[in-house]
Amino acid sequence: MSSNSQKKGFGATIWDYLTTVDHKKIAILYLISGGFFFLVGGVEAMMIRIQLMKAGNDFLSAGTYNEVLTMHGTTMIFLAAMPILLAFMNAVSPLQIGARDVAFPFLNSLGFWLFFFGGIFLNLSWFLGGAPDAGWTNYASLALESEGHGIDFYSLGLTISGFGTLIAGINFLVTIINMRAPGMTYMRMPLFTWTTFVASALILLAFPPLTVGIFFMVFDRLFGANFFDVQMGGNTIIWEHFFWIFGHPEVYILILPAFGIFSEIFAIFSRKRLFGYTALVFATILIGFYGFMVWAHHMFTVGLGPTANAVFALATMIIAVPTGIKIFNWLLTIWGGNISFTVPMIYAVAFIPSFVAGGVTGVMQAIAPLDYQLHDSYFIVAHFHYVIVGGVVLAILAGTHLYWPKMFGTMLSEKLGKWTFWFFFIGFHLTFFIQHFLGLMGMPRRVYTFGADQGWDLFNAISSAGALLMAIGVLILLVNVVMTVMKGERVGNDPWGDGRTLEWAIPSPPPFYNFAQTPLVRGLDPYWIEKMEGNKEGMVYAEPLGDIHMPNGSFIPFVISLGMFIAAFGAMYHMDGHAWALPVLIGGLAITFGSMLVRSLKDDLGFHVTKEELIADNERIQREARALEGGKKGGLK
Amino acid sequence: MMKGPKKWRLFALMTALLVFLSGCGREEISTLIPAGKVAQDQFNLLILSSIVMLFVIVVVTIIYVLAIVKFRRSKVGEDMIPEQVEGSARLEFIWTAIPIVLLLILAVPTVYSTFDLADVTAMDAQDEDGVAENLTVNVTGKLYWWEFEYPEQEIRTAQELVVPTGERVYFNLIAADVKHSFWIPSVGGKLDVNPENVNTFYLEFDKESSELEEGVYFGKCAELCGPSHALMDFKVKTLNREDFDAWVAAMQEEQAAPTETLAQEGEELFGQDGLGCIACHAVNSAGAATGQGPNLTTFGDRTTIAGFMEHDEETLKNWIADPQQYKPGNLMPEAASLNNGEELSDQELNALAAYLMGLKVEE
Repeated sequence: MSSNSQKKGFGATIWDYLTTVDHKKIAILYLISGGFFFLVGGVEAMMIRIQLMKAGNDFLSAGTYNEVLTMHGTTMIFLAAMPILLAFMNAVSPLQIGARDVAFPFLNSLGFWLFFFGGIFLNLSWFLGGAPDAGWTNYASLALESEGHGIDFYSLGLTISGFGTLIAGINFLVTIINMRAPGMTYMRMPLFTWTTFVASALILLAFPPLTVGIFFMVFDRLFGANFFDVQMGGNTIIWEHFFWIFGHPEVYILILPAFGIFSEIFAIFSRKRLFGYTALVFATILIGFYGFMVWAHHMFTVGLGPTANAVFALATMIIAVPTGIKIFNWLLTIWGGNISFTVPMIYAVAFIPSFVAGGVTGVMQAIAPLDYQLHDSYFIVAHFHYVIVGGVVLAILAGTHLYWPKMFGTMLSEKLGKWTFWFFFIGFHLTFFIQHFLGLMGMPRRVYTFGADQGWDLFNAISSAGALLMAIGVLILLVNVVMTVMKGERVGNDPWGDGRTLEWAIPSPPPFYNFAQTPLVRGLDPYWIEKMEGNKEGMVYAEPLGDIHMPNGSFIPFVISLGMFIAAFGAMYHMDGHAWALPVLIGGLAITFGSMLVRSLKDDLGFHVTKEELIADNERIQREARALEGGKKGGLK
Repeated sequence: MMKGPKKWRLFALMTALLVFLSGCGREEISTLIPAGKVAQDQFNLLILSSIVMLFVIVVVTIIYVLAIVKFRRSKVGEDMIPEQVEGSARLEFIWTAIPIVLLLILAVPTVYSTFDLADVTAMDAQDEDGVAENLTVNVTGKLYWWEFEYPEQEIRTAQELVVPTGERVYFNLIAADVKHSFWIPSVGGKLDVNPENVNTFYLEFDKESSELEEGVYFGKCAELCGPSHALMDFKVKTLNREDFDAWVAAMQEEQAAPTETLAQEGEELFGQDGLGCIACHAVNSAGAATGQGPNLTTFGDRTTIAGFMEHDEETLKNWIADPQQYKPGNLMPEAASLNNGEELSDQELNALAAYLMGLKVEE
């Protein structure tokens, strides 16, 4: 096993991906499954907009609409946005800090498979008697009343999937703290790694409250506990606190990596180091910190009283300051630069006004008395789509184009990318800008229909038309992906030409051991420094060439997750009194714990890549690079 | 010489603003056309914050447009390597300080208003005779309808809130089942209706609703509460104090029995010996109400059926025959289940409709 370039059969490739512990392959798994769920969530979004296209439409029934709405939110947040961001974190962060892999490759794989099986479990609800229908926030009183198993799919699915995310977060924290290359001090870390770091810390602190809340819910529904049952002395507002103590930081878990991706893009495509790097880092940390102090601004109308509302209103407003610092630092990064409008860069440039628009409406909602009018209206729908689509989704699309060559060694078409951008961007503003006004005109959110006598018809029709444009944009992206894969045109280390950080110093895609020799980091943007000094070799190295120790692949993470998936069915159907449910529950857990035991008892020492193999591999890489260079010259001139 | 055009400009601006505002929804429901002091305060905050935020957007846009116009590669040259600037302490101080100032401008009215709008101390105020000085309405949110109780007046109604204009009206809100949220957009912001605690706030109503095109303000449930969440509407009738007192007096009286034969037949059906509708629906506002179904005392005076449908006999008959079709998930039993498993005949529906439409306290 000297390199990962051997030709393999289809079955062998599948097995390879089922057992891989390589962060780059796990990144691809996250990207594919996150992308799949993104499409599912997109179809749900289109169903919502078709239903609300005109007054009194009957495309969806009231009950189905609530399911579609709940699954759209849940899918997009938990199964699309977060996993796709985890894909980029996995693909890029270890490379950016000059590491061979993440700290716990086995756990990395386990994290993915838990997320995957949780997501599949949640979506199976469509086929097994009805999806959850209490909104993505799953407020307790309604969730307890909900009939069928929808809410159980929600709670069990998110528990499994949440374990996965938590594991991924811990893994990144340890990786970034421990595995930075020599010279990579904290204040030389690329901003995407910084945001990965802070977002991982948020995951570590925010997911436990969610898990606790969901556990209460599971116990209420499956075992007749009374945490939230008001008749029995429970309290439904407790759920809201639990949910939002998770839910607000969750917004930052999503937006901080997006900020990271954009920070990289602004620097690369302006050929300039980030303006105010230190300020950007501290702004990131501050935003992460404040993220935990403002959850009650989701609850201004709950009746917590004026003191709580005033305190949380002020705390929320403060977040505008570090966010503003970031915006201005980005503007000054491109100011005086040499801006090249590639596809990632046009997304980044388009992100600024979109996100500022989402940010200022956030400040407006922080004004508690004004929020009494805005809360739970379409104004909120407009606001959080401006933040999440205008920030996170634009970052995901930009990151897909930016990191595609590093992940797959081929380049997405710039021309099709620009078509995607324009359809998506125009569609996005058309869909959501007008929803601010719908909210101000009195339209509550989460309504499956509206009367023709309320004056909302025209704006809803425009909004639906915008959604169609966004869908076309995404379809063009799919075409782009298929065409790129078919063509399979290879690219070199630094396909954008202006890469600044370590990931651009090694081949695309990188060999499975990443760096044959650990690089020495001599400053911020280390690859740029070497390039500017005319270093032909690419990097300065911190160690001589020697044997590399790598972990073996393992099928156990898949089996552990599968066991929990099976156990969840047992737990859920147990409440219906099926005789087979208890054995399934126990059997599933037995699979999980049994495979954990196997993992504990079996010695797996990994393997070594020898120095000779590395030298041979390096020669092959050089040969391919020369061929590529020659081909390019021949093709272009 | 200059005065003319200036005046004209102001006039044009006001007209444009009016057109803009009237384009923003209907007076009955839009928060942009406030119809009471609470909504007005909140609207003022909206305008203030919009101005501050527009300022931010303008500043960002100017820097942004200049940057992407001046420094594009086609302008500065393919091979230009820009100076690698570290940052600027002075600039960073500026863009930290200015937002803080802007936030202070917003923070002061925010805190003031938060406490002002939550001030319900006057709710318990009594005059020398021990009569409450202010009107209080107890609101109960139920699966998919609203109950309004006037504790001081000992009357009760549902789906249509009747309030006097020009004074503070206090509300106690609680939910009987799941969480709802009580919202009359054009009169003031919402407050959640929780199952576990009573929430209290006040609203003020400026304008008599008879001046509106629809004759009522539109109220909404703003918190997802089940399949028919979208249909959990209510209407608000505002009367001047005199008319309101007259309405209260009429509500407190024993309601007269119907005189027409058809309506009498309907009353028979509605009652204990007929379908037993009366077990859930009270028809006398002062009478003991089970609260299981909406109180129907003023049914003939209302503007909608079930909060959102046309108020005519045809719709009413359809509704009684099959309520699930119009408001999925509501708790009204199927008529057949009350009628020994048989559908109601046209004659029976006609009788019920005639009776219910005759339940009036106004005029």
